[in-house]
Amino acid sequence: MRRHLLSSADLTRDDALEILDTAAELLSLADRPIKKLPTLRGRTVVNLFFEDSTRTRISFEAAAKRLSADVINFAAKGSSVSKGESLKDTALTLEAMGADAVVIRHGSSGAPHRLATSGWVRSCVVNAGDGTHEHPTQALLDAFTLRRHLGDLEGRRVTIVGDVLHSRVARSNALLLSTLGAEVTLVAPPTLLPVGVSTWPVQTSYDLDGALDKSDAVMMLRVQSERMNDAFFPSAREYSRRYGLDDRRFARLPDHAIVMHPGPMNRGMEISATVADSARSVIVEQVTNGVAVRMAVLYLLLGGSTGGQPTAEEAAL
Amino acid sequence: MTTYLVTGVSVLGGTPCDLLLRDGRVLDPADAPRDAVTVDAEGLVALPGLVDLHTHLREPGREDAETVESGSRAAAAGGFTAVHAMANTEPVADTAGVVEQVHNLGQTAGYCDVRPVGAVTVGLDGRRLAELGAMADSAARVRVFSDDGICVSDAVLMRRALEYVKAFDGVVAQHPQEPRLTEGAQMNEGAMSGVLGLVGWPAVAEEAMIARDCLLAGHVGSRLHVCHVSTSGSVELIRWAKSKGWAVTAEVTPHHLLLTDELVATYDPIYKVNPPLRTSEDVAALRAGLADGTIDCVATDHAPHPTEDKECEWGAAAMGMLGLETALSVVQHTMVDTGLLDWAAVADRMSVRPASIGRVFDQGQPLQLGSPANVVLIDPTVVRTIEPMESQSLSRNNPFRGMELPGRVVATFLRGRPTVLDGTLL
Repeated sequence: MRRHLLSSADLTRDDALEILDTAAELLSLADRPIKKLPTLRGRTVVNLFFEDSTRTRISFEAAAKRLSADVINFAAKGSSVSKGESLKDTALTLEAMGADAVVIRHGSSGAPHRLATSGWVRSCVVNAGDGTHEHPTQALLDAFTLRRHLGDLEGRRVTIVGDVLHSRVARSNALLLSTLGAEVTLVAPPTLLPVGVSTWPVQTSYDLDGALDKSDAVMMLRVQSERMNDAFFPSAREYSRRYGLDDRRFARLPDHAIVMHPGPMNRGMEISATVADSARSVIVEQVTNGVAVRMAVLYLLLGGSTGGQPTAEEAAL
Repeated sequence: MTTYLVTGVSVLGGTPCDLLLRDGRVLDPADAPRDAVTVDAEGLVALPGLVDLHTHLREPGREDAETVESGSRAAAAGGFTAVHAMANTEPVADTAGVVEQVHNLGQTAGYCDVRPVGAVTVGLDGRRLAELGAMADSAARVRVFSDDGICVSDAVLMRRALEYVKAFDGVVAQHPQEPRLTEGAQMNEGAMSGVLGLVGWPAVAEEAMIARDCLLAGHVGSRLHVCHVSTSGSVELIRWAKSKGWAVTAEVTPHHLLLTDELVATYDPIYKVNPPLRTSEDVAALRAGLADGTIDCVATDHAPHPTEDKECEWGAAAMGMLGLETALSVVQHTMVDTGLLDWAAVADRMSVRPASIGRVFDQGQPLQLGSPANVVLIDPTVVRTIEPMESQSLSRNNPFRGMELPGRVVATFLRGRPTVLDGTLL
C-alpha cells in the first residue's frame, strides 16, 4: 500500500482486500470490554477538518484512539484557518508539531492530494472527503459492509442512487467496488450525472425502477435540497417520487438485498423512514464498520511497516 | 546610436544574408559604417520583433506580481518588441489617465512598446461603456478594447461597443465566456472534471459566445477579435465567420497549443487558467487552425501571479500562467518542428498579424530596406530546460517548468537598439 490514501483509484484489489481483512480482525475488538490496542502508541494523528463533519471526525478519532495514538482535532472553525491562514501554513504548523498522519477533510477537491504531494508535510495523508472528489474510507467501509452481507463482491450488483455529480461517496465507491469485481450502476436524473461518466467503470441509468429488481444492494446518496435552486431537478417532491427509495420500491428489491446510506439521511426525501429503519437497512452497521476500517487504514499506513495483519500478540489483547 | 551589422542571418528561415540596423531602420549592409558592431548570426533566424496582443502587466495595482518594467523585460527576453497591456489593473484601465500612465511606464522602461488595452466598460462591470474615445485620442492611442477576464455578456452592450469603436478603427477583444454556464468553473468540463470532482467549464460556454459575437460583428460591420480560443468548436465557428467575410480575428495561447486538462490530475494550480486547458483533440484543432490561418495569431495571455496565489489548494488558486519568455519556444515545438508552420508563417502569426489587429503601425513590418529595426534573432537549434527562476518576470507561475523546449532568443532589437544581446537582457 502507498504512503497516503487519497483516492480509491490508489488501491489495487490486493491493497483493498488487505485493508478489509485487517478491518475484520480489528472489528472483533469492538465486542470486547477493553477496545484498545497499543499499536500506535506514541504516534500522533491529526484530524484536520476544514468542513463540518461530526460522524467522520469522531469515527477517525475513535479509530486512532483504539490504536492508542495521540489524537489532535484541528477544526477550521475557531482556528487560525478562519482568519485566513493558508493550507500550506496550517500544514507546516502540523508538521512542526510532529504529526505522523493527517486525516484531512476539505471543501476543495484535491486538497488532500495537494497536502500529500507539495512537500509541506512528511506525514501520511488520509483523505476524509475532499469537495466533490472522493471519500475513500467511506467506500472502504461500504465495501466492508457489503462483504459481510453478500460475501465476495465479484459479480454482485450494487446500485448507487442520487446526486452522483456532487458526491464524493459515489466516486470513491464506483472505483473501489469495481476494483473488487462488483457491477456498479449509478442511477440519477441526467442533470446529476457528471459529463464523462461514460468513461467510468460503471453502468448508468435514469430509471430507478428498472435497476431495482437485479440489485444486491442499493446505496442511497444524500440529496441537498439546495440543488433544487440550481435547477438540477424541479422540486424535492418530484425528486423523491422519481429517485426516492420509498416503501413501494423497497418491496420490489430481492429478498437478500440490503439498503445503505452514507448519512446523514434526509428521511422522506431520498429514503423513507420505514426503509431506513427496516431490518435490511445496514445504515447503523455502516457506522460501526467505519471505525474498524479506519483503524485498518491508520494501522497499515502508520504501523504497517511490519506489514499485514496485527500480530498474534496484538490480536490477543 | 550604435549601428549593428547582423551577419549571415537567415531572415524568416531563408538564405543567409546580412542586415544593417542603423538609426532605427533596416538599411543596406553595403553602407555599413566602420564602427558598426558586428553580430555574428550564422545559424540564427531573424524575425520581425514579436507583438503580443494579450499581456497582463499588473501595474497599477498588483506590483507584487508584475510591473510594467519587469513584464516588458520578460517580453524583450522572449523576443517581443511590443505588448498589449490588458485593462484589468487596479484601478482599471478605463480612462485616458490610466492608459497614459501605463503607456508612459512602458516608455520609461524602454524594453518594448507597451500598448495599453482599454476597458470596454467602466470598472469592467459590464454595465456602462468606458470612455473609449478618450482612450483612443489619448497619448496612448488605444485601439484594442477588452474587459478580458470578464466577458461582455450583455448583447446590447457588446453591440454598442463593436459599433462605437468603428469611429477610430478600434477593435473589441472579447473574452468569450457565457457567465451562467461557467459559475464556479474550475477546469475543462469533460471526462477529467467528472473524475476529479472539479466544476466543469464547458466548451459550449465559449462557443456560444463566439457565435453570438461573430453574428453581432457581421451585423454591424465591426472588427471583433476573439481572445484565447481554446476549443475545436471555436475554431470551426471562426472559420465559418471568416468565410462570411466578417472582420473577425482570433488568437490562441502557447499553453493551449501544448498542454491538456490531463495535467489537472496533479491538482497543481500551476495548471489553472481561464479558459482552461482542454483536451488533446482541442489542441490538435487549435494547431490546425493556427496553421491554416483561421486563428490569426499567437498571444501569450501572460498572467503573473504571486507565489501564495498558486501555492494552495486548486479551488483557492488564481487563474493564469506566464507566457512571454516561452512563447516562441512553444510555437517552435508545436508548430515549426511539427511542420505545420515555417518561420515566415511564424513571423506572420506572432508579429505581422497581431500588429495589424492592434493597429501598431511600426511593428510587424517585413525585414526589408527602410523598415523599422524591430528584429528578433533566434537560435532554433538549442534545446533548453525551462527554469522558472531564470525568468525576468516577478512571478514564477510557469507551467512549462522542467520541460525541454527548442529555441532560444539570442538578440532582440527595438528600433535598432538591442534589448537582448548574446542571449542576455541588457
